[in-house]
Amino acid sequence: MKRALPGFGLSLGFTLVYLSLLVLLPLSGLVFKSSALDLGQFWDIATGERALASYRVSFGASLLAAAINAFFGLIVAWVLVRYPFPGRRFVDSLVDLPFALPTAVAGITLATLYADTGWIGRQLEPLGLKVAFTPLGIVVALTFIGLPFVVRTLQPVIEDIEPEVEEAAATLGATRWQTFRRVLLPGIFPALLTGFTLAFSRAIGEYGSVIFIAGNMPLISEITPLLIISKLEQYDVIGATALACVMLFISFALLLAVNGLQWWAANRHHGKERTSL
Amino acid sequence: MSEAAARRANTEPRWLRLALTAVGLGFLFFFLAMPLAAVFSQAFAGGWNAYLEGLRHPDTLSAVWLTVFIAVVVLPFNVAFGVAASWAIAKFDFRGKSLLITLIDLPFAISPVVAGLVFLLIFGAQGLFGPWLGEHDIKIVFALPGMVIVTLFITFPFVARELIPLMQAQGKDEEEAAVSLGASGWQMFFRVTLPNIRWGLLYGVILANARAMGEFGAVSVVSGHIRGETNTLPLHVEIVYNEYNAIGAFAAASVLALLALVTLAAKALVEWKIRQETAMRQADLPPDESSPRS
Repeated sequence: MKRALPGFGLSLGFTLVYLSLLVLLPLSGLVFKSSALDLGQFWDIATGERALASYRVSFGASLLAAAINAFFGLIVAWVLVRYPFPGRRFVDSLVDLPFALPTAVAGITLATLYADTGWIGRQLEPLGLKVAFTPLGIVVALTFIGLPFVVRTLQPVIEDIEPEVEEAAATLGATRWQTFRRVLLPGIFPALLTGFTLAFSRAIGEYGSVIFIAGNMPLISEITPLLIISKLEQYDVIGATALACVMLFISFALLLAVNGLQWWAANRHHGKERTSL
Repeated sequence: MSEAAARRANTEPRWLRLALTAVGLGFLFFFLAMPLAAVFSQAFAGGWNAYLEGLRHPDTLSAVWLTVFIAVVVLPFNVAFGVAASWAIAKFDFRGKSLLITLIDLPFAISPVVAGLVFLLIFGAQGLFGPWLGEHDIKIVFALPGMVIVTLFITFPFVARELIPLMQAQGKDEEEAAVSLGASGWQMFFRVTLPNIRWGLLYGVILANARAMGEFGAVSVVSGHIRGETNTLPLHVEIVYNEYNAIGAFAAASVLALLALVTLAAKALVEWKIRQETAMRQADLPPDESSPRS
């Protein structure tokens, strides 16, 4: 006879107390503080000129960076899984560098690389392309930060593709491109979209790596997290809180989107297994 | 179709393979290898002595010490929470489980700046507990306790996120066997569960440690930015960089970059260890199940 395992009450109780103290209590503080504002005031702060411009910069740069990562991340994941080459293991572990490298280090390094005198900036300057201290710099920093997400969500999915599927498509006369477009891509698309959303949601909130390379010009290259900081530095706690609420709302929406995407990906998979039985 | 033809149908033409490899590796070269090389090249731009001078500066040393201190305080909490949460989630069924898992993911979704601000609103002078803390002369925000609390918040998911899928995959047969053989709860935990999850646990700790030591945005909001007192290494990098002391900034940054490389190496090692153990488990299982003992 099997007995129930011990420790359920203890472990769940500890978990809930810990989360309440560390997450729910602070978040309720945020709600409490913003309740000092009435809806009209909140709306005025959240849609002020500088705030709107910062959303545009944050969203535009994050979308572009996530798209760059989706495109190149798909190629990198494909190459790492499918094509053996010397040093593949090493390159594979290097992909996690943006997770491991502190954002401040990434920030000053990218700013130095893309400045007029930097290794890369020097090459781009004659072309009339300025990256550091422009919105383009923000895209570069956010691309770096989001790089591992797409690669790491795609890799296991590409590994799991059964060779029979591709063989069947080829036997039926599909060209390699048709096989990719019609058979492989639909299978990995949910993971690609999940990786894209993860990279995007990380980019929206990113602060450390961006501020060094962005130039931080209000209305032009000021991201929303930086605007929150500058409001705090001017002791405008209420204004900072209102913007934080907006960002928190976006974060929750993205978190739900990621959960939904993962559920979709998992269910598709189950659906496929069920039909194959 | 012959075997070779089938294999050919499953891959791209040679020129395309080469082109994709070049594009993929080129992307990684520009976005990963060059920044990494630049950190060290900038740090040593003024020669070995200037580098050492930057490192030996008392403010740098105190920042290193504070960074290590915060990580050492935070990690045991992370381990305790991670083990407890994953035990409850992986081994039992209860209502609201998926909500709990989402809640654990929250710090990954929230901007570090918002995370820092949230604690400012609780413990700051104008915050919820501000007046009470002021009366009792307790300083949390703009001081060490606030930095520890914020780091706790930022890093608590790491261990739990590694352990939940691992424990779910391992199931509960072994623990149930231990309990039915008369083991107490703690005996079962230390003799059965802990040995099974040790590499996953270590993996989570490595990731949490990297984040704890490298966190910038959240800690920056609640740090007092007092040199030699409430500056962690990432904050110190920012200050020195903004003073146009590039060599000093990159010398400090090189320590963090080295930490990142050690993290990646340790991660790869533990991943290899986990793969090995999973393979051993899988090799162990089938004969046990299929062959009747004589």
